Amino acid sequence: MTAKTDPMTYLPGMEIIASTMLDEVLQARSAFHPEAATAAQVRRALQKTRLRPEDFAALLSPAAAPFLEEMAHRSRMVTRRQFGNAIQVFTPLYLANHCENHCVYCGFNSHNPIRRARLDSGEIEAEMKAIAATGLREILLLTGESRAMSDIDYIGKACRIARRHFKVVGLEVYPMNVEGYARLHEWGADYVTVFQETYNPDRYETLHPAGPKRVFPYRFHAQERAILGGMRGVGFAALLGLDDFRRDTFATGLHAYLLQRKYPHAEIALSCPRLRPIINDDRINPKDVHEAQLLQCILAYRLFLPFAHITISTREREGFRDNVISLGASKISAGVSVGIGGHQEDAKGDGQFEIADTRSVREICDAILGRGLQPVMSDDVHPA
Amino acid sequence: MTQQDCLILGGRAFTSRFILGSGKYSLDLIEAAVAKAGAQIITLALRRINPDGQANILDYIPKGVTLLPNTSGARTAGEAVRIARLAREMGCGDFVKIEVIRDARYLLPDNAETLKATEILAKEGFVVLPYMYPDLNAARDMAQAGAAAIMPLGAPIGSNKGLSTRDFIKILIDEIDLPVIVDAGIGRPSQACEAMEMGAAGIMANTAIATAGDIPAMATAFRQAIEAGRTAFLAGLGPIQETGAAASSPLTGFLRD
Repeated sequence: MTAKTDPMTYLPGMEIIASTMLDEVLQARSAFHPEAATAAQVRRALQKTRLRPEDFAALLSPAAAPFLEEMAHRSRMVTRRQFGNAIQVFTPLYLANHCENHCVYCGFNSHNPIRRARLDSGEIEAEMKAIAATGLREILLLTGESRAMSDIDYIGKACRIARRHFKVVGLEVYPMNVEGYARLHEWGADYVTVFQETYNPDRYETLHPAGPKRVFPYRFHAQERAILGGMRGVGFAALLGLDDFRRDTFATGLHAYLLQRKYPHAEIALSCPRLRPIINDDRINPKDVHEAQLLQCILAYRLFLPFAHITISTREREGFRDNVISLGASKISAGVSVGIGGHQEDAKGDGQFEIADTRSVREICDAILGRGLQPVMSDDVHPA
Repeated sequence: MTQQDCLILGGRAFTSRFILGSGKYSLDLIEAAVAKAGAQIITLALRRINPDGQANILDYIPKGVTLLPNTSGARTAGEAVRIARLAREMGCGDFVKIEVIRDARYLLPDNAETLKATEILAKEGFVVLPYMYPDLNAARDMAQAGAAAIMPLGAPIGSNKGLSTRDFIKILIDEIDLPVIVDAGIGRPSQACEAMEMGAAGIMANTAIATAGDIPAMATAFRQAIEAGRTAFLAGLGPIQETGAAASSPLTGFLRD
């Protein structure tokens, strides 16, 4: 095996942009000691109409646990004030699961002996038709991180096909340079989501032993490059449970906050994945992120970033998701299949993780309506 | 106080957060503002300077006070730039408060022209303090253009109406990484105090003191109010106890595992 590369050093071809955000986030993350926060700090944060990063930190601390109910009340109020009754519904479509990374926690890990596949144009068309027939108008296109098997042209073609069936196209693919994002935007994509997984560079290094994803700062700056490339909005997440989830949630929120301050026109979205069982790998178990902690993170995000979309993952069970859309989440996936070609009778490739909520679009919409909320299929107009 | 809490403008530290406007100046007012209100910055309208003539405003301003020439009278960015350059030529320093007003009735600032002047003067090394209508996009652009602080109006100038634009000033305080100095409209010490509690970096006033029954006493009251508001802001306001807000059924009863 070749010598390990430095995860803080860019590889050739990776664009470097002028930004101080990485240092700011990492410094603030190391300065955040969740155990040191006090109930008084939590109470103060709960009184504010506009929270500062230190208030967000307090709400993520163990000291905020006894205030979960109060946080839920405030978060519900803030969410309704910002989004009204609207809950956006979308579905992810996995185009390919080829991957060049070795993330030790992931089902797509290139060492993992799963069935690899990639949809061709005809298959993409068929999948999208099937999805559009359920009434959905927003789609999130995903690939494994293989620049060879899913190059920018391939993703671009998928965007073009998607634009024929959907009004809103988001991407969750490998990080790329500004120019790549600009091309994909031109081809119809408006939103880019990149999970940093963990904001602890040491832990990040251990979890990503090889592959381009190992380069921490290139991934970190992906959202900023996407905005520079003309994308309308960007999504952030840490995979909770990989490291101290409180500090990772803090870093994620701060990253989004700083980006929004630098680019006030950018739309911000947050996802809240925690570790779920993975195919062929049962070594990692979520230890500390139980539902109460996950909810605490979601509520803290909402109170700190009232304007941000928060997506609730299908990794969570039905009962949890249905409650969370009343309390803080503004976006929910429906009719999800994580396999490749999963909307046809036989999937041709394996999925990245197992989902807990397998309900159809109709069932999810009924659940939303049942809570007095309104499912919204599209909330955007692509400029071109 | 262990460490001095200062207002930093153009690299200079001021212990006072009160800026005196001198549009309604009189010797009494300026003396009172410096002695009783502790003002360390006094604005002056270049158009009021009357070198070697009668009632020259410069004669009224004590030494050791920082002059903040303003561009009042300017109706366009170009005129404001010219006035600022003249002020510097005359030895008034490189602080400048940009006022561009092309509305003679309400005297409301023109943000678009103010932004243009900010851009030009910041490039020329001025410490630029734009007087503006509290608009977030304009404030961001002014910050980007090199302003040293933002000076939103609390209410129409001279109105003594207080923080009519409260919600918008709060947005500027939350979003702009520069000192936000509330200028115009502040009529009472309690309004100055409220702005400072919200996180304003300073208060500029003139009419409120100039038209008071007892000028030195009102100057003292403003100093106390501004200090009280600042201290309260730094201390962090205590919680408001809401009554009857608790729902009967818990929202978090669904949690498992």
